[in-house]
Amino acid sequence: MKRALPALAATAALVPTLAQARNVTLETTLKPYGGNGAYVALYLTDAAGKYKGTLWMAGEKSKYYRHLSDWARASGARTAEIDGITGASVGSGKTLKISVDIADALIDAGYKIHVDTSVEDGMDNPSEVVALLDAASSGKVLNGEGYVKAFKVTF
Amino acid sequence: MRRFHAIAALAVALLLLVVASTGALLSLQPALNRVADPALTPGVSVAQLADAVAARHVRVDAIRIGRDGAATASFNDGAGRETELIDPRSGEGLGAYTASPFFRFVTDLHRSFLLGDGGRVAVALTALGLLALSLTGFALLARSLGGVRKMFRPIRGDRTRRLHGEIGRLALAGFLVSSLTGVVLAAMTFDLVPSSNREAPDVSASGGPAAPIRTLSGLTAVDVADLKLLKFPGASGVFLMRSDAGEATVDPATGAVLSFVVTAPEVRMEQWALALHGAHGLWAFALLLGVCSAGAPVLGATGLLLWRRRRAHGATMPENAAAEIADTIIFVGSENNSTWGFAKSLSRALAAKNFGVHVAAMNEVGPRHLRAKRWLILTSTYGDGAAPTSAKKFLERLAGLDARIPVAVLGFGDRNFPQFCGYAQRVAEAFSSRVWPLLLPMKRIDRRSPQEFAQWARGLGDALGCALVVEHIAERPETQDLELIGREIYGEAVGAPVAILRFAAPILPEFAAGDLLAVQPPGSDMPRFYSLASSTRDGMAEICVRLQAGGLCSTFLHGLTPGERIAAFVRHNPSFRPANGFGPLILIGAGAGIAPLAGFVRANHAGRPVHLYWGGRSPASDFLYEHELAQSLADRRLTTLRTAFSRHDGAPAYVQDRVAADAHSLRALIAEEAQILVCGGRDMAHAVRETLDRIVRPLGLDLATLRTHGRYLEDVF
Repeated sequence: MKRALPALAATAALVPTLAQARNVTLETTLKPYGGNGAYVALYLTDAAGKYKGTLWMAGEKSKYYRHLSDWARASGARTAEIDGITGASVGSGKTLKISVDIADALIDAGYKIHVDTSVEDGMDNPSEVVALLDAASSGKVLNGEGYVKAFKVTF
Repeated sequence: MRRFHAIAALAVALLLLVVASTGALLSLQPALNRVADPALTPGVSVAQLADAVAARHVRVDAIRIGRDGAATASFNDGAGRETELIDPRSGEGLGAYTASPFFRFVTDLHRSFLLGDGGRVAVALTALGLLALSLTGFALLARSLGGVRKMFRPIRGDRTRRLHGEIGRLALAGFLVSSLTGVVLAAMTFDLVPSSNREAPDVSASGGPAAPIRTLSGLTAVDVADLKLLKFPGASGVFLMRSDAGEATVDPATGAVLSFVVTAPEVRMEQWALALHGAHGLWAFALLLGVCSAGAPVLGATGLLLWRRRRAHGATMPENAAAEIADTIIFVGSENNSTWGFAKSLSRALAAKNFGVHVAAMNEVGPRHLRAKRWLILTSTYGDGAAPTSAKKFLERLAGLDARIPVAVLGFGDRNFPQFCGYAQRVAEAFSSRVWPLLLPMKRIDRRSPQEFAQWARGLGDALGCALVVEHIAERPETQDLELIGREIYGEAVGAPVAILRFAAPILPEFAAGDLLAVQPPGSDMPRFYSLASSTRDGMAEICVRLQAGGLCSTFLHGLTPGERIAAFVRHNPSFRPANGFGPLILIGAGAGIAPLAGFVRANHAGRPVHLYWGGRSPASDFLYEHELAQSLADRRLTTLRTAFSRHDGAPAYVQDRVAADAHSLRALIAEEAQILVCGGRDMAHAVRETLDRIVRPLGLDLATLRTHGRYLEDVF
């Protein structure tokens, strides 16, 4: 999935101009937990842990967003935060792959990508993966403690 | 409204079949969980439970009481996050938890046909359809029973109609709850209900060292029975506890409640809707809803049968003269189209005699019909004396017309209804109060009887000065060949021969004593009906036939010899049958009317009290079933037998005399809810009715009341 991310462009200084941005691929593979599709939120915090913007929201019913509790608390669960960067929930064992343009200034600057997941009648896993936005860790696979089997950021 | 009911049913039938059957399956889940999982009982605080669970794990993330009633804990002991089932009373671990894949699949089928949001919309529309069906069905049933207050009266009609009405009546409340809550849930899913967006305020923990969980006052104050979710302090640093009342944060060091957000009204509504829809631990209620849902396919099938039957009765009018030039107008009041068939036959017969006939629905009555020389009104009655669909506006429109045209009113109905042809009666009264001349007195036709209709048409012919022969068979069921296997003749000596005839066939149709055997005599299309004295289980069809002077069918039947065959079919007669249970029965009959009564006695294996009154002519000649009844008395299938013989040398008497003599004991039986079944000729039935009415008056009852409650039944010929 390749998106232009208008919301990101509008909100933060994530993409000052495309020339100074890097294309980053985020791959989230879920465990075969065998339930309904998982809601997955991918978002960014700065070095101080402050919410900076949402990269992707998998899952389209806003009434379930509060189950992505870290994301909901950080972002205020406002729909404006995810406008245009929302897709279907991710099925058991499936992989969510998205590409985003991220400003060079944010890379290797202590920024972190958080992954919150939640499944109906299952667990809520706030920040089950927290990955440093670090060019050196490109392609490194991280495991989540909830539904995420593997999370990989490729620069 | 009936048409709307049918169209709505057709539109949602298939979808509803899926939603209702999956709903019925899902209703089992709370009950199964209740058996499998430890019950949630009050008396344990959230603090106690959380403490016990935390003691067993390195890190606990949350304790959750699920929609299905299961208590689970998610934890991480180093091998990733796991979920286990726990005992909500002790916090004991009961092994890894996974939601049932089967019920998850059924749930998805139930709420979205496995089709995502498009499917959810279809399900929501199905729920709306069910709501419409429930409401219109309720209105139709209430109308047919004579009003909302009479909703629990017995439903009359044949087996299909009764099944449809009774299941519908029982399932109605369930359907209303399921469909309304289903619509609410769908509206919430699609964000059609405005959300009040209550944000929890930002709180921060006091930062002190964590105290033992069981001492935290914020958690000791809440009972596990009220808990939905307890999140342990993670990044937030505080406990988050969600209950029905709202969401609280609790400081892990001091136990203080840092914030509390009361559940938003729309969330509360969703909780209620979910609980009522059957998902929330109310297992017995869920089962009840499930039973209702399981009735939906039966309702669909019986509804389809009723609809097809109505369609089949529909008839088009071939040679209909224009209303303005016709000399004879036939007005039809019909609910299910069968009356149109009679009108068509009548119209054709009149047209053959050179009358200019125009047939119209009663609702169409207007000034253009005033030039005719005569009006013939053929109308059925809906339910308890109400106008059928095609006659609803008739009386109102008639009031606006000024004319005096000779008129004849013919009512179609069922003698078993308390208001036999009640609407026809009202129409006849309206004409007489407006002083319209009568062409013929009003007449009632029982259960589409072709004989009675032919007889009325003959009378009409006489009034019009022509010989009018109308044979209209409303329905001509397939007949079956039955072979005569036994025959006994009684009463020849007293000039009233009665034959007990027994028929057999390789495969007998399904029937019980009291049902009717319709015999098709050679040379006539019109079947004659005889009450059956036996049931399929007896392996033969037994009837009693009195020889009528010049009677085509009775002569034919009396002339049969064993081995000969007749063409016949069975008509069920559910309105003349003993009520279920062990209450006393009072059976009263005369002559050949003993047939169904003897059948009831024969089938009384349970030994319920049965009192039989029967009248014949002479004990020496026409005492039908004498030996069998004596045997029944001996083995207690019959409690008492009282006979009266009108040509007895000593003291001639009629059956009503015996009834009158036993007034005291009969009154006692009726006071203990006895049911009375009367079978025989019209005169006898009339005499018995008068006698019984006098008997029940001192109880503050009358026969009309007993009849309404199904405790006084007649089968009169």
